[in-house]
Amino acid sequence: MIENPNSKILRQSALYFILSLGALVMIFPLIWTVSTSLKTKDKVTLRTIELIPDPIALENYTDIFTNQPMLRYTRNTLILVVASVFGALVPCPLAAFAFARIPFPGRKLFFGLLLATMMLPYVVQLIPLYIFFDRIGWVNTFWPLILPRVLGHNAFYIFLIRQFFKGIPEELFDAARIDGASEFGVWWRIAMPISKPVLAAVSIFAFQFAWNDFLYPLIYLGSNQQNWTLSLGLNALKGFEGNENSLNVMMTFSVLMLIPMLIMFYFGQQYLIKGVSVTGVKG
Amino acid sequence: MANARILAQSEGRARPRLSDFWFKHRSWIGFVFIAPWFLSFLLFDLMPFTANLYLSFTDYSIGPVQPNWIGLDNYIEIFTEDEIFSKSVGNTLYYMVFSVPLGLAVAFAVALLLNTRVRGMPLFRTIYYLPAIVPVVAAAIIFSGLLNTRYGVINQLLMAFGLDPVRWLSRPEWIKPSLIIMSLWGFGAQMVIFLAGLQSIPQELYEAVAIDGGNGWHRLRNITIPLMTPTIFFNLIIGIIGSFQVFTQVFVLIDSDGGPLQAGLVFMMNIYNNAFRYFRKGYAAALSVILFLIIMVFTLIMLRTSNRWVFYAGDEE
Repeated sequence: MIENPNSKILRQSALYFILSLGALVMIFPLIWTVSTSLKTKDKVTLRTIELIPDPIALENYTDIFTNQPMLRYTRNTLILVVASVFGALVPCPLAAFAFARIPFPGRKLFFGLLLATMMLPYVVQLIPLYIFFDRIGWVNTFWPLILPRVLGHNAFYIFLIRQFFKGIPEELFDAARIDGASEFGVWWRIAMPISKPVLAAVSIFAFQFAWNDFLYPLIYLGSNQQNWTLSLGLNALKGFEGNENSLNVMMTFSVLMLIPMLIMFYFGQQYLIKGVSVTGVKG
Repeated sequence: MANARILAQSEGRARPRLSDFWFKHRSWIGFVFIAPWFLSFLLFDLMPFTANLYLSFTDYSIGPVQPNWIGLDNYIEIFTEDEIFSKSVGNTLYYMVFSVPLGLAVAFAVALLLNTRVRGMPLFRTIYYLPAIVPVVAAAIIFSGLLNTRYGVINQLLMAFGLDPVRWLSRPEWIKPSLIIMSLWGFGAQMVIFLAGLQSIPQELYEAVAIDGGNGWHRLRNITIPLMTPTIFFNLIIGIIGSFQVFTQVFVLIDSDGGPLQAGLVFMMNIYNNAFRYFRKGYAAALSVILFLIIMVFTLIMLRTSNRWVFYAGDEE
């Protein structure tokens, strides 16, 4: 297309203007959060916008560790994170490998079941599972949250890894088999190392899911503060209208909870973006 | 592959090893590989799903008692007497009708802008995606501050433009708009899906339009949008399914009663309240079966049309 160079510059500037304006709107809540987390208690309810607080109350970030059981919350959350990431990295790729590469009787049927569970909304399992775990005395323990995860109870991850395994040329596996490798050896030494991008994507999803999860910790761990995760701890701080003094504490907590997500995003961005664009899974 | 098997088997006969034993039994080793997942399928999918269906026909409440079979009573009550049910359906539909199309429109527009050859595109993409990685509870807490009536930034801005402050979270008519505003903040995932779709459109098609003298509008209308319909459709269905199950945002930003006049009481909240606050687990199970059926209809529509938008390179199944 033949274009007047001036109109091109004009168009580019307009584009940058719109993009920057949008970016400002998107980033503003986060800037405000960081700013509020650094305010002293008397400043948070002032009716002025003060993005760079004076004084900067860095002590909010140390006080929160003495006023809130942050380490306890973090430890509890990490238990769930480890269980989720383990599930995404061991049982899920195992099942995925069988679905992609090992012919066995009824494979199509099992794969059909797997796909069917992808469509099953969690709400139809919520109540009977709670009753079941309640009867065996596991409510107020981490087991109802750990057990499904360490067994690889996630059809999305299995499906995603299977698609990746199917794309690996069969000759690679056969070469290893000729060398006498077992199926387990083929999986562990050939399939897994090649599949780092997809494994990175599912472990990021698993980490993110466990870090953000709210409903399951709420029903299984909610009644004992000793067992609370970061999500539950932050929710308990929420200020209703009229109880706004803890706003800076809430924002400090939010920033602390966001930091691991940011670190993960920084290092795993390419895998995360690729994974999201393949599956449509919302983080 | 057949050659490989013969090779390995002949080698196995010469020198028996454990690995050859595994190899010859490839058909059952498959079961070993899927065993952990299959156990989780039985324990956490099949059994609860069946039990939930059964519970929905009982008046089970709590404790180690045998549930009483009451037939269709729960379902009859839901559709004839339960005003909170119809309220929750209305609230959920209101939320869905605004948040899903608006979210799609914004995500699509930003993806279009980012798909031009702009310098600094990765930076913009990161900034637009960032809100999507904020933990849901943190996002709701942040918005409870932003939307606060007295000192919230959004009201400060309204007042700076000479407008009246809005009581976002304490007026029934503003609760759903508040939830919708918050949902719009996290369009990053949809945007990334759109971007991936846009980048897979062959450039030659655009060149063809340019040769025919078409402008930007023609490119969008005749190439981009038709080729993006599958992606738009995919995002639409995912968005609809997600908005039927919205829970955490409402629980944290409003409360489990849905705020004044239950204006924020969504479908999932009604299920949660019946199951875990009113201890009407049988009734809550019936509600969840209804939600399941609604979601199922949308999922089936998506699957029926999936051949239009799913393509996996090298997949022959």
